[in-house]
Amino acid sequence: MIKEQIQDGLWRQNAGLVQLLGLCPTLAVTVNITNGFALGVATIFVMMLSNISISPIRNYVPESARVPIFILVIAGLVTIVDLSINALSKPLYDALGIFIPLIVTNCIVLARVEAFASKNSTLPSLYDGFFMGLGLTFVLIILGAVREIVGNGTLFQNLHFLIGEKYQFLTIQLFDSSDGFLLAALPPGAFIALSALIVFLNLVNQKK
Amino acid sequence: MSEYKAILKTISIISLLGLIFAISLSITFEKSNPIIEQNKIEFKTKLLNEVLNGLDYDNDLIGTYIHIKPNELLKNKTEKYAYLAKKNNILQAVLIESIAPDGYSGEINILTAIRSDGEIIGTRIIDHKETPGLGDYIDQKKSSWISNFDGMSLNNRTDPDWRVKKDQGTFDYKAGATITPRAVIKSVKNTLLFYKENRELFND
Repeated sequence: MIKEQIQDGLWRQNAGLVQLLGLCPTLAVTVNITNGFALGVATIFVMMLSNISISPIRNYVPESARVPIFILVIAGLVTIVDLSINALSKPLYDALGIFIPLIVTNCIVLARVEAFASKNSTLPSLYDGFFMGLGLTFVLIILGAVREIVGNGTLFQNLHFLIGEKYQFLTIQLFDSSDGFLLAALPPGAFIALSALIVFLNLVNQKK
Repeated sequence: MSEYKAILKTISIISLLGLIFAISLSITFEKSNPIIEQNKIEFKTKLLNEVLNGLDYDNDLIGTYIHIKPNELLKNKTEKYAYLAKKNNILQAVLIESIAPDGYSGEINILTAIRSDGEIIGTRIIDHKETPGLGDYIDQKKSSWISNFDGMSLNNRTDPDWRVKKDQGTFDYKAGATITPRAVIKSVKNTLLFYKENRELFND
């Protein structure tokens, strides 16, 4: 059973590349690896928590009121994550800005609750939330890496916001940032990088 | 009757969930809010000290401020704080926030530290939305352009000096991004004017 969720989450039904849900944060936040990773982890948390909150009560949720109930649960969980990140790292919170509260409107969270957790028992729902989130996180990290290298000439920029000031040396400067290809750092660059990833995924799928 | 029952069931489930989340949210808030407030103060102290460039003061900076009403020079739409750095109760420097409304995209928030004789100690961009890689060189994280202001005052500079080189001034600029520095220079100059015209505000 868990194999199914791994395959679906990471490849077959990948949130970022196949279902194309949650594009707004995917495209807007991924200017570097750190942002992509942090938003990805926040999304994993929210998805796991929302799936395991909904799954046990799925038989008590009236059909007519299910969406308001799902949104209530997701919004509550996102606010908790939002407050926690703010307390954990202010610079990171400032960098991710509005996109943490916006996880509420990330369709992938509601979609998994609606399509999976409200129909399956708790443990598979937990796996589903985790691997769907993980699949999205991989996409965010790859997008962040590509855009950071091409646009800014760095890798792991701002990582010290996440793990502490003393790790500032982890930032790798590949070339001077003024030589970066600006387009990659701007929103259109995100679309181009994402479409390249989708092309890659479809090529691999076709070869199979 | 069964219809009412269904509605009643829906209402009670939503209320119950609402209650559960209200409780967990208030617990999270109670736990995280002191840390968040503490972070804010630390962040602000760090910023203020950075702008003060190592100036000697002995008062509680965060706790010593005056209110600045919205005015034409600083372009602040809401009331802002201006912080005062003192040594032996004598005013050493003031830290004034200003807004440059005419940047390339949106407002640029600027913090300027002015020594009591009217000379700039340091300037920092608090917040901006300028184009990454183009206009963002005003940000101290990207380049040292902002330190051009250090040591400038209305007395030791003439009007044309408060311009970019393209407009026969003294400030460097990046080709293709002159709107941003123009806005910042204008706002910093206006901050000095504000201090000059409102000195008595800071001397109480």
